[in-house]
Amino acid sequence: MTTGIESKDVLKVAKLAKLQLTEEEVKRLVDELSQIVGYVDQLSSVDTTNVAPLDHVLDVTDALRDDIVISSLPRESALSNAPKEDGETFLVPPVLG
Amino acid sequence: MSSVDYQLVVGLEVHVQLKTLTKLFCGCSTTFGAAPNTQTCPVCLGHPGTLPVLNREAIRLAIRTGLALNSTIPPTTKWDRKNYFYPDLPKGYQISQFDQPICQGGELKLPGDETSSPRTIRITRAHLEEDAGKSMHDESSGSADSRIDLNRTGTPLLEIVSEPDIRSAEEAKQYLTELKLLLTYLQVSDCNMQEGSLRVDANVNLHLQRGDELVATPIVEIKNLNSFRAVERALVYEAQRQREVFEDTGQRIGEAPKQTRGWDDNLQVTKVQREKEESSDYRYFPDPDLVPIMLPESWVTELKSDLGALPAALRERLKTEFGLSQYDADVIVNQGPDMVAYFEAVASNLKDAKRASNWIQQDVMRTLNDMEYSLADFSIKADDLAKLLQLIEAGELDNSRGRDVYQWLLDHPGTPEEGMKALGIASVGSDDLLDLCKQLIGEHPSAVSDFKAGKKQALGAMIGAARKLNPNANPGKVKDLLSQLISHED
Amino acid sequence: MTDSAVELTRGFKEGKWTAVETTQLFLDRINANESKVHAFLSVDADRALADARKVDEKREAGESLGRLAGIPVAVKDLICTQEWTTTCGSKMLETYRPPYDATVVEKLQAADAILIGKTNLDEFAMGSSTEHSAFGRTHNPWDLERVAGGSSGGAAACVAADMALLSLGTDTGGSIRQPAAFCGVVGLKPTYGRVSRRGLIAFASSLDQIGPLAWTAEDTALLLETIAGHDPADSTSAPREVPSYSDTLNQPLKGLRIGIIEDHFEEGLNHEISQAIQTLIQWLEDAGAIPEPVRLPHSRYGIATYYVVASSEASSNLARYDAAHYGYRTSNEDAAENLEAMYERSRSEALGNEVKRRIMLGTYALSSGYYDAYYLNALKVRRLIRDDFESAFQKVDLLLGPTTPSAAFRAGEKSTDPLSMYLEDIYTVLANLAGVPAVAFPCGQTGEGLPISAQLWGPAFEEGRLLQVVHQFQSHTEWHKKRPSFS
Repeated sequence: MTTGIESKDVLKVAKLAKLQLTEEEVKRLVDELSQIVGYVDQLSSVDTTNVAPLDHVLDVTDALRDDIVISSLPRESALSNAPKEDGETFLVPPVLG
Repeated sequence: MSSVDYQLVVGLEVHVQLKTLTKLFCGCSTTFGAAPNTQTCPVCLGHPGTLPVLNREAIRLAIRTGLALNSTIPPTTKWDRKNYFYPDLPKGYQISQFDQPICQGGELKLPGDETSSPRTIRITRAHLEEDAGKSMHDESSGSADSRIDLNRTGTPLLEIVSEPDIRSAEEAKQYLTELKLLLTYLQVSDCNMQEGSLRVDANVNLHLQRGDELVATPIVEIKNLNSFRAVERALVYEAQRQREVFEDTGQRIGEAPKQTRGWDDNLQVTKVQREKEESSDYRYFPDPDLVPIMLPESWVTELKSDLGALPAALRERLKTEFGLSQYDADVIVNQGPDMVAYFEAVASNLKDAKRASNWIQQDVMRTLNDMEYSLADFSIKADDLAKLLQLIEAGELDNSRGRDVYQWLLDHPGTPEEGMKALGIASVGSDDLLDLCKQLIGEHPSAVSDFKAGKKQALGAMIGAARKLNPNANPGKVKDLLSQLISHED
Repeated sequence: MTDSAVELTRGFKEGKWTAVETTQLFLDRINANESKVHAFLSVDADRALADARKVDEKREAGESLGRLAGIPVAVKDLICTQEWTTTCGSKMLETYRPPYDATVVEKLQAADAILIGKTNLDEFAMGSSTEHSAFGRTHNPWDLERVAGGSSGGAAACVAADMALLSLGTDTGGSIRQPAAFCGVVGLKPTYGRVSRRGLIAFASSLDQIGPLAWTAEDTALLLETIAGHDPADSTSAPREVPSYSDTLNQPLKGLRIGIIEDHFEEGLNHEISQAIQTLIQWLEDAGAIPEPVRLPHSRYGIATYYVVASSEASSNLARYDAAHYGYRTSNEDAAENLEAMYERSRSEALGNEVKRRIMLGTYALSSGYYDAYYLNALKVRRLIRDDFESAFQKVDLLLGPTTPSAAFRAGEKSTDPLSMYLEDIYTVLANLAGVPAVAFPCGQTGEGLPISAQLWGPAFEEGRLLQVVHQFQSHTEWHKKRPSFS
């Protein structure tokens, strides 16, 4: 089955997924995704008329908690894994408003 | 453009921070103004392996709002992920509601005023979602980096989406005012725009008549509207701009992609926001970490019976039970439920409710405004004001001396009677009053003869003189007695 | 000492040995074997011995002791531990120290277990060979040239190489059972919702479960009853009592109806495995169970459904690795002043090829224009697969089939062909899609001396029934006593 995944599709998806791909990777992913998507396309042959999507296998509902404050992390540990911080906030390259 | 030949068409998306103690999916406090990143935990920091657990109170407040907006509350609601990257969104997705919002449909009735008649704006939906954090960029700090504070991340938001039923900037403001009032009455939100607990986006376009054809311009979303005034001004600006762009390009809806523009409050213009092509593909899908929420009818019914009196009903009550005008009822109801309760407590002790309305609008509201007080901090309780107005009603005081007592009450603890005593406003006895009037008649022969000749206003000078002789003498009583005495002189 | 965890803790409680002695013994074995196997990403001898000392003190003080008192336990490095880095086998989290412990880790601690090390895995649990770890592959103790399976390769190999008696893995599409099969140990994937996922770093949230690996059903039961139970901090956790699995191990098998999944004995299954399972079926029949053929008509769509659902969820779950709040950030200069470049470079530099491939597939399946055809449709087929199980369990009490189509393959054999690697999970993904429990256990060996594994499925929350069968099989056979001779 041809799925028609082209390098422009790969690049578009990579942009959404925030991945920077080398030319070689793009080429490889065109092949691999075509193969995988081609395999996955067999699902389109299943008759799913009147079948509701299953988004939870378990019949659990209403997992709710009461509105009670629990102590937050000390700031030091909130920031402890940050690649860059200034003791108060996380630092990232400029966010343009 | 001499006359307006287009129709402005506006739909508003209002993000309301719900007044819960804790965040939507974790137990961190939602208190505003804490030091950066001191109200976070592994869940709202988006740490790997963390899971959301829904706050029951957020559901309750959302249903309350929906019921007040006449929305349908469905039997179940569910959660979806909206995927996008932003440094103030630590999970890389926002938990929101895509196709099964907690409030479906609805309406908000605008009461109308002297210049506009009542209207109904339809509500499309209202859904719950988690707020993002804050990114701050200070060019002057010398650092190239933006600073990220995640205290706000995960605060519950209710996004209330209207149909494009709004037809003018003024009407947009009325909608927001009425919505804010309703939310205040419901006690679901602080609605504080400075603190960001109420935020507005507007979807705007124009309908123009071109010959037989009604033409629509491309829809523009305006963000960054930080006050009702900004909403009004941005809409006025945007209408003009779209009109001009249409004249230039002739582009109609569907012929240009939906644009997002930001309102620049300094320059008073909307500016196009850099919109990346892919950023609109949010890849919504059901959040596997959260299970569906059942909203049983019994719960919804219970919440409905617990709504309390809402603005529209209160306006009616003030009009029918207290005989207030539409205008007066609006002014009092717009002050919020505390003021309505205050008014009702005062007015129900008086013969004339209008007197309570006047005093509250002219004196109480001015004091609150000047002193930046809320009614809760206000020292003159409803009982005291009622007593004061009763004294005026009984003729023990005139309005002017009444205001002196009012001022005294603001400055001192005590009752109106104690205030009168302290100010020396003893009631003037009838013998004293008779002596005073006789003295006045003796000292103002020309005024007396003018009055006899039919010049009723001639008494004014004598009343003014009476105030100097005895400031406690009630001018009304002086006037009545003077005219009695002069008429009986012959 | 003993290679039964049940006996190990009993002996400890009876004063036959100390927790420090036990821990030292396992640390010595790690010293001897780890360089060949590479089952662990971190072992902290000092910390383990310190924890052991505390448990010893507790015993000396006469305090009541937990269910796992004095037993060293290995934990897959996908499970959060506050005191240990938790890397997920990824460069992205090479130095990451979670600010909290997973619920299962809290339960292990409450049971007085001793955490001995964090085990190797395919990066973010994406893989079937533990070749996709950023920190080197795990070797199969039965043949070091072969893979240990994955993604819980380290979790299975450390048991097989005698470096731990109890081990926690995670299973999204077979990640406990397939390595258990390759390494000749027992591995159980519990019912979805049976064990808290809090602190399990998500690959695919609707499929992931933490589960036990051990030599025996008895030890598996012990570990499962320690970690199972409702957790209010996990909304998908089932509010149900945990039965004592250990107490029902000896309930008779007589009359138990066992469905043999015919679909899984057709093309693609290795002959030796097929033979071994036929022998197992014969044993079951002799023990009084009633085998009968069963079909799962949609089972052949399992892999396709699984890859769409799992990759879609993964693409969203892994969006949090954006270099802003924790994890790897690129040192590339272009990225210092450009947010987009920071995101893209950091993710591209720190995530491995298999992870990128799945993120790409999942992003594609969720993206506008493809959602209905891929993701939504996969959820519909997922319901059909679950319905197959529900109908099957109307007729039978358990289902039986192979765990894997072949025994452990050679390293590098499948790493260049992603689809053939995905097909490794053909028999295991179904339990995750249907949310039902399944256990893999050794039931034979190939001519080359590699372990062969059978898989039993039960209805939701019937883990006890699975362990009952495995336990009685093990009481009458020796397969679980076979040990690799690598050392």
